[in-house]
Amino acid sequence: MIVAERKPFDEIKELIQGYKKILIVGCGTCVAVCLTGGEKEVGVLSAELKLSQKSESAPASFGEATVQRQCDFEFLDEIKDIAGEYDALLSMACGAGIQFLAERYPEIPVFPAVNTTFIGVNKDVGWYEERCKACGTCVLGMTGGVCPVTMCAKSLFNGPCGGTNQESCEINKDQPCAWHMIYERLSKQGRLENIIKICPPNDWRNQKPQTLIQPGYEERKALSE
Amino acid sequence: MKSGSTLEKILTAGHFAFTGELGPPRGSNIEALKKKAAPLKGMVDAVNITDNQTAVVRMSSWAASLFAISEGLEPNYQMVCRDRNRLAMQGDILGAYAHGIRNILCLSGDHQQFGDHPQSKGVFDIDSTQLINMVKNMRDEGIFLNGQEIDEAPKMFIGAAANPFAEPFEWRVYRLAKKIQAGADFIQTQCVFNMEKMREWVKRANDMGLTEKAYILPGVTPMKSLGMARYMKAKVPGMDVPDYVIDRLKGVDKKQQANEGIKIACEQIAEFKEMKGIAGVHLMAIEWEHKVPEIAERAGMLPRPQV
Repeated sequence: MIVAERKPFDEIKELIQGYKKILIVGCGTCVAVCLTGGEKEVGVLSAELKLSQKSESAPASFGEATVQRQCDFEFLDEIKDIAGEYDALLSMACGAGIQFLAERYPEIPVFPAVNTTFIGVNKDVGWYEERCKACGTCVLGMTGGVCPVTMCAKSLFNGPCGGTNQESCEINKDQPCAWHMIYERLSKQGRLENIIKICPPNDWRNQKPQTLIQPGYEERKALSE
Repeated sequence: MKSGSTLEKILTAGHFAFTGELGPPRGSNIEALKKKAAPLKGMVDAVNITDNQTAVVRMSSWAASLFAISEGLEPNYQMVCRDRNRLAMQGDILGAYAHGIRNILCLSGDHQQFGDHPQSKGVFDIDSTQLINMVKNMRDEGIFLNGQEIDEAPKMFIGAAANPFAEPFEWRVYRLAKKIQAGADFIQTQCVFNMEKMREWVKRANDMGLTEKAYILPGVTPMKSLGMARYMKAKVPGMDVPDYVIDRLKGVDKKQQANEGIKIACEQIAEFKEMKGIAGVHLMAIEWEHKVPEIAERAGMLPRPQV
């Protein structure tokens, strides 16, 4: 899932300064799972903002709405009847959702209430860790299911570097060395020959905006344009 | 000859090589650079010119390498993968060669988090093994990484680093083998303090035939004080400082610690001179350049052979 964290409260307040009627829009998918931008978190942020407005002479008012997915126009349509009543939208979705909300309602200023941090996993309730950088050229088959691009701080393809510290990364004792993990796992599986070969330079396919059209859907895309 | 550098000539002639290190200034201060360079002249065969070492901004390594040449030193131009992508690296190599630089040391580079701009974006477009192979193909095949032809190929003597002390120990010689297969002509190691482990690593490299394919230069760093030894043991990742080194420095008067540090370094050099598979030593006298003549003298490395 995509993991995000809420922006500091003062930064959110600063962003919406001057707007009088603000709709806080949550997202029911990734950011809800990581306890950052779902219905419950929309309610909490709304309550905090309302409280902070009490001392203002002309307090702003806040509405709440949570859609299933902000990265899908179909779900963004759910707020089409109320969106026009607001002079700003405060999105709690990931960066993709925020942009799609802004694209769907281009007349209304949209502000982010979260920072999108990574593609990660649910280690435990409230505990998430990064696992994928969406580089576009997956090498997990070679590396025993440990991503060297994400899990190695230097994204090495022929590690571990000389800075590996026992089983940790040189940047932090608490961060396991990805290449140590790769070595251990391949060693146990009897697959070290995978990494004895030199891995050639990567084809970084994530260096420009990406589009994916599944086979069979080319015509549909052409028609919509 | 692959490059015709002095270092290559020394090593191919079978002499025991001696390389030093020079960190460029944190500014455009040429006088500071000249002052650090002066004591190295005639003492070492080549001088490593570090590339934003420890991720701290310094004068660029190619520019400082050119000053080293004008000061009568042969540079071993260091290049890290942290700060440049494949375009910038290849462009810099062409320029460096055109200006007379003949040795290059290919490194991953310390993570930017350790440096003076921890917010920076680490590039790491290619890694050190891939960089070695790129420089080799530029030299031997006359092609860029994309396979296109180079108009006058840069002929570099290619160096790589190895850390015999990092875990997993048994994988270390295989990683060395990868770097040699990628095209490394010579290897400079991390500072050696743990001689038992070093002997074992060299033995394994010998057994795999690696020391016949590349020249191995162990890194030797004289301890300036007990404090430095303790710091390196506790704080520097990948550094293996055994207790007996600490104990030896502890065993002498504080004023004598620097002298004892040099003594330990000289004993290591003496052992490396006799060790099968070792072709020289790389002296990293960290911020101690003015002591290099004394160390070279006491280690019996003078005069340097003329090749």
